[in-house]
Amino acid sequence: MSEKILMKGNEAIGEAAVVAGCRHYFGYPITPQSELIEYMAKRLPQVDGVFLQAESEVAAINMVYGAASAGCRVMTSSSSPGISLKQEGISYIAGSQLPCVIVNVQRGGPGLGSIQPGQADYFQATKGGGHGDYRNIVLAPNSVQEMADITIEAFDLADKWRNAVMILGDGALGQMMEPVEFKESSSKPVEKSWAATGRRGRAKPNIVNSLYLQPDLMEKHNHVLQEKYAKIQAEETRWEALNTEDAEVIVVAYGITSRIAMTAINKARANGVKVGLFRPISLWPFPSQPLAELAKTAKAFVVFEMSAGQMVEDVRLAVNGAKPVSFHGRTGGMLPTPKELYEKIISVANGEGGK
Amino acid sequence: MAERTFGRPEALLDVPTHYCPGCHHGIIHRLVAEVIDELKVIDRTIGVASVGCSALAYDYFNVDMVQAPHGRAPAVATGVKRVHPDGVVFTYQGDGDIAAIGTAEIVHAAARGERITTIFVNNAIYGMTGGQMAPTSLVNQVTTTSPYGRKQDSAGMPIRLSEMLATLDGAKYLARVAVNNPANMAKAKAAIKKAFEIQIAGLGFSMVEVLSTCPTNWGMSAIESGTWMEKNMMPYYPLGTFRSGEEVAK
Repeated sequence: MSEKILMKGNEAIGEAAVVAGCRHYFGYPITPQSELIEYMAKRLPQVDGVFLQAESEVAAINMVYGAASAGCRVMTSSSSPGISLKQEGISYIAGSQLPCVIVNVQRGGPGLGSIQPGQADYFQATKGGGHGDYRNIVLAPNSVQEMADITIEAFDLADKWRNAVMILGDGALGQMMEPVEFKESSSKPVEKSWAATGRRGRAKPNIVNSLYLQPDLMEKHNHVLQEKYAKIQAEETRWEALNTEDAEVIVVAYGITSRIAMTAINKARANGVKVGLFRPISLWPFPSQPLAELAKTAKAFVVFEMSAGQMVEDVRLAVNGAKPVSFHGRTGGMLPTPKELYEKIISVANGEGGK
Repeated sequence: MAERTFGRPEALLDVPTHYCPGCHHGIIHRLVAEVIDELKVIDRTIGVASVGCSALAYDYFNVDMVQAPHGRAPAVATGVKRVHPDGVVFTYQGDGDIAAIGTAEIVHAAARGERITTIFVNNAIYGMTGGQMAPTSLVNQVTTTSPYGRKQDSAGMPIRLSEMLATLDGAKYLARVAVNNPANMAKAKAAIKKAFEIQIAGLGFSMVEVLSTCPTNWGMSAIESGTWMEKNMMPYYPLGTFRSGEEVAK
């Protein structure tokens, strides 16, 4: 495919997974990601893939654990409450260093929450979510095209690092339709000599495991993981900076919120306010360094999220007190309006709001 | 020159196990390994260890192994099997793993007719964590979390998993066996072999429930625990075949 077609974000992720060579998908229905599971149900049999609707999100992530152990490219998707259920398996996937792609089309929470878009799973996605010291690579697209591109990249990153990659979207990105183009992918699954495939002539069995009963060996394993995470931080940080060169106010926003923020930023620019957008694309590893650089030239930061304030903590850590960091958030499935973001920008530009 | 008539199965590694004296896990491991040898599938077998005393089974079998979260072995095995349909995939699970925390996973793997084989070791207690009440603990059985005996009015009756799964058409072979004497061991091995054959033939899900002792947590000698099993477990958990592989799905 090379022409642009109109697709929902959820469907674009599904097609991109197929382009990336994913032939195994395990999921459980939940709003607002159901178009994705439905797309995979329809699409995977056409390419001799395996689609399985599991009995629960817990089972689905464990099927992913099994399939990743067996050496294939595999994906699951869900939305916030379902992602909570997957945390057990995600921790095991981290412990066993298994590559896979997990999509969270976030909705409002906590609890059963709402079915409208949210960004309140940032902590869960970037700070662990399950038990133990581990990190998932977390990528946050802000358009349907980027959902497709990031999905393809996610499979490569997962294989490269033997790590789970979470695509953190939201109900708006999942449901909205935009033109999308699927470029031919050079993405190739890597050789997985560690996988449990059956020995097939191999002298020694392969074991996929996260259990280390001896504490010294457990610590050693943790050191291996931490070294890997440090390399990922060094090599895989992604962000976009728009109009930040001369900006006095830096808006920090990701995902759908960054799109709404751009409308507000453009209006403020038109009215002479020097404001730019810093958009983290990898939420973990978080682009702390480029933000710290911007703190040298900007006068103030303002963070927009659809949460009560989660990513703002990472922004404050990055800015490290050098400049004031303000916050404006909406929760529960409410999208911020360009008007309210514009007003917040103006108030920050006028030196109000401070820390 | 004497002919060698007995030895360690190739599918079992030459390592000491952590199992307690008098525990049946070692025997059951051996029978599974013998079956893998006899079916000549060592090269395409993938085992899934669970959580419980058999968590370390991956250290003992000479086949590729995946260690699964508590109760999730049937889901993990499903993922493995769907990637390697020509693989021979088995789970090895205890009673707490399969009949409490993992009830949903085993029921749905069976319902889907997943082409995997489950070895279910039922010793009526949580062994690894130190002797707590299991879903298969008997009424009045004293455990560390039923110190006054399991009470039917609050804990209910023990779950007979094989009978329960026998209502599912996807479960093609279900048998309950024991390994408390040589005759029963022979029957147990035949059942395990049949279960693997059902999988290899692509017929559907198969499970062998093996009654087992836990002398350490039952607080008995190996010999006493064998007698206790016969007197108490076998009447409630009758040995037999609940789905023979001959039934035709309705």
